[in-house]
Amino acid sequence: MFESIDLTLVNWSRAQFALTAMYHWIFVPLTLGLGFIVAFMETLYVKTGNPEWKRITKYWMKLFGINFAIGVATGIILEFEFGTNWSNYSWFVGDIFGAPLAIEGIMAFFMESTFIAVMFFGWGKVSKKFHLTSTWLTAIGANLSAVWILVANAWMQDPVGMKFNPDTARMEMVNFWDVFLSPSAVTKFLHTTTSGFVLAAIFVVGVSSWYLLKKREILFAKKSIVIASTFGIIASIMLIASGDSSAREMAEKQPMKFAAMEALYEGKTNAPLVAIGLIGDPQDDPMDKTAKEDFKIKIEIPNMLSYMAFLKADAFVPGIKDLILGNEKHGIMSYKEKIQRGYEAQQTLAAYKKAQKEGLPELASLKAKFNDQNWMDNYFQYFGYGAYYAEDEAQLEKNAFKIIPPISISFYSFHIMVILGGHFLLLFIILLWLIFKNKLADNKIVLWTAVWSIPLVYIASQAGWIVAEVGRQPWVIQDLMTTSRAVSQIDSGSVMVTFWLFALTFTSLLIAEVKILTKQIKIGPKKEGGKI
Amino acid sequence: MKRIIDFYMDGFKNLPQWARSIWFIILLKLFIIFVIFKIFFFQNKLKKDFSSDNERADYVIEQLTNP
Repeated sequence: MFESIDLTLVNWSRAQFALTAMYHWIFVPLTLGLGFIVAFMETLYVKTGNPEWKRITKYWMKLFGINFAIGVATGIILEFEFGTNWSNYSWFVGDIFGAPLAIEGIMAFFMESTFIAVMFFGWGKVSKKFHLTSTWLTAIGANLSAVWILVANAWMQDPVGMKFNPDTARMEMVNFWDVFLSPSAVTKFLHTTTSGFVLAAIFVVGVSSWYLLKKREILFAKKSIVIASTFGIIASIMLIASGDSSAREMAEKQPMKFAAMEALYEGKTNAPLVAIGLIGDPQDDPMDKTAKEDFKIKIEIPNMLSYMAFLKADAFVPGIKDLILGNEKHGIMSYKEKIQRGYEAQQTLAAYKKAQKEGLPELASLKAKFNDQNWMDNYFQYFGYGAYYAEDEAQLEKNAFKIIPPISISFYSFHIMVILGGHFLLLFIILLWLIFKNKLADNKIVLWTAVWSIPLVYIASQAGWIVAEVGRQPWVIQDLMTTSRAVSQIDSGSVMVTFWLFALTFTSLLIAEVKILTKQIKIGPKKEGGKI
Repeated sequence: MKRIIDFYMDGFKNLPQWARSIWFIILLKLFIIFVIFKIFFFQNKLKKDFSSDNERADYVIEQLTNP
């Protein structure tokens, strides 16, 4: 089947999902973070009674509202795509995520629509404390509404807490808490939401810096920068801590992604981290056992990769070739072996269905395999690798080299994300320091850096998702289902049409958002805390 | 109940211009997503092609295990 798969269909389906998810992710992170920044600002207003804080709160609340409104429901399209373009995947995992995602959607809708209404319509109509509570609940609700989709994503990278039912061909949840609180899920939620906090903090300091450059709204801008920078520093520390946990989990559960994002071809003890690097000729397409690491330029931090992955400076970090070819010394099974085991699992499932239909005597013994934990751990665990099976030994070895993600994209996305993350933390610290020294308004370099950090933070945010999603290819569910098998066998022409329709719709929405936001930023905050 | 309805009604009546534009965009977007995209482009493939869950399961297994 692998050779017969329509790669045009797979790639257009991938492109369509990536486009939708990336556009959706333009709107979401600002909502996640700005909600909390506004809540902090309003808390200061309620605590101090200072009307300037009310004015500041109302202004940022307005920008929050614009972004929220433009982004709302853009994620629904992803759910449509699951049923249409990814029907095999949806069927396979439906019993785990269908109900929680639906409940979450309904809960989020009612929670957000109730408290957002109080936020915007409630000034002067409800008590200050009730209004403040609504603002906090909107911020919390927006973040909670990201929980299940992130748990689902984490499960796809690290599938736990489920059992495969060979009768229905579906995964069934056996332990809710294993799924909900898996280390990958917790890390994914923390890393993603805190990245949204950093993005929102940069947005606030960037816009405020623009006012300082224009010599407008000086006090307003400085107060906003103090709140956003403080929030940004705390969020950045949480982001680094959750990113660190994420790296360790990745090294254990998705070692190929870990190796790809460092372009590590050969495994090493005392492995250095490439802090900055420029990859030479791409060697990942097609790749074979002769492929060698090739950097035009690189600056390394000694032992850091080993430490990042296993908290030991002398730990062995497997490279791409160790994972494909296997490494007996370090107990790494080759992909060839995994493909053979996965193929056996797939054939067992096919034989079971045949025996069931034809009432064959081996039905009970075949079903018993799916209840045998030892067989599940040693064969079914590699189910997805079976898609690369070939009778011919040489072809099988060749196929093993296809189970790698695009190395250059993974490497650069990871490094862009990390370098920009460091830049944002440094910027927050410098902004706060200059404000306390009362020197910020005259420092044009820092102010312009803050303004230009707005597009950079969106790039970093998208780069993070590219590392997560491109880095795990070819898997849609790690080791169990490849992207090419998850895709629906539909006409690739219809996927192309919807791709361009989405591109048009989302681009229009983005233009609308940018136009409305920039207009409101140019107008600036109201003078006497009037209507938002 | 009446107070809640009045609260929303009053809020919507006093929307500033930027919020009116936003509401127009929201309604247009919801129409495009739920009417145009959902009805014309996004039918659930397995629901459309098969009448029972057994057939759907067989189809998916065939897709996953075909050598």
